[in-house]
Amino acid sequence: MSGIITQNALGNSGLVKAVEAAGGTWVEIKSLTASSDATLSFVDGTDDVVLDSTYPIYVFKFINCHPSADSNQFRVNFSDDGGSSYAVTKTSTVWRAFHSEGGTSGFGYVTSNDLAQGTGVQILASSLGADADHTTQGDLYLYSPSSTTFVKHFQSRTTTTSSDDQIMDFHIAGYCNTTSAVNAAQFSMTSGEIDAGKIKLFGLKDS
Amino acid sequence: MSGIVAQNLNRQSGLIKAPEAGGGAWTFISKTTASASATLSITSGLDSTYKVYFITYNNIHPETDNTHFTFNGSIDSGSNYNVAKTSTHFAAYADEGDSNTSLGYETGHDLAQGTGVQNLLNEIGNDNDQSASGYLYLYNPASTVFVKHFTSVSQLVNAGDYSRNQFVSGYLNTTSAIDAVQFKQSSGNIDSGDICLYGLTI
Repeated sequence: MSGIITQNALGNSGLVKAVEAAGGTWVEIKSLTASSDATLSFVDGTDDVVLDSTYPIYVFKFINCHPSADSNQFRVNFSDDGGSSYAVTKTSTVWRAFHSEGGTSGFGYVTSNDLAQGTGVQILASSLGADADHTTQGDLYLYSPSSTTFVKHFQSRTTTTSSDDQIMDFHIAGYCNTTSAVNAAQFSMTSGEIDAGKIKLFGLKDS
Repeated sequence: MSGIVAQNLNRQSGLIKAPEAGGGAWTFISKTTASASATLSITSGLDSTYKVYFITYNNIHPETDNTHFTFNGSIDSGSNYNVAKTSTHFAAYADEGDSNTSLGYETGHDLAQGTGVQNLLNEIGNDNDQSASGYLYLYNPASTVFVKHFTSVSQLVNAGDYSRNQFVSGYLNTTSAIDAVQFKQSSGNIDSGDICLYGLTI
């Protein structure tokens, strides 16, 4: 027995494993790194982004997203025209739990952050702090964006260090109320820029 | 035998192996597609191979308006779906008219040692564009020592044009292995939708 291929035959790891790593059950599609960006956009068919019928479920991961301005909001909107406009109609719910470093806590629905057939941005996290060590983390599930039959459901959970030193645990869910395919998503802050952080897009295989 | 290849055999890291998105190693196991189906059952692939199973249900569309998407477990390979369960159920909802919002516990949809179905998605609408999606984690179903925990998060359009975000958590109160699960509507068929099963190595 000799040679790399022979030694690794039937192995579930090692050099042969590289094939699965490049195309595992969760497939990394695109990673964008913020550098004082007003927006970070994922547009199907652009810069290697896939946001179509290739995968039934997509997940955006938010990693160390840091705003340039204090007391900010991290937001998303969707497009059905390849990113020319981000104004898809949405209905959504938002609730959150919070707990401050001083011991104050709370829990409840946030009526000011939800949407009722709104075409504006969907808030994913509020009261972001801009201290050097403050960030927002989380994820956003988007179901079957390319469906031309059904609305497009989304679910998100984020955790944020707020401008007044609280942990904010936001839960957002809703649907893009359109039967057109959603083919782009754009992330932004209410004021200023996304100073730093990464947003990664993954697709979940169903075969 | 020595060298890079030999050193890397049977390991989960090395020169090329890369981590998957969800942490740990995820494996796709099966996909079941509804077509005017009374039930959708998973009767294979649920065993001790994985400690955690992840089940997605995507664009579930009911035949009958204002009905619930439910699940139950089996300890006899699907001959019966009637395992005792205790669970919690809460939801946030808001309507398209911006007139009604809520976040709260829903006592009518939890279970206290009930052997009937567990509601996961409530009051789904059956308009052509209405559907429901979400996921369910099932923990260590093959255990013969512990109860079997589950958690789910779901999102749907209900019959009254509300967005509903539902959270269900509980346990199948048995020390027998859970080897099958079944999904169905509270009334009528599942007209369309996909259910996928994944295993998570941790």
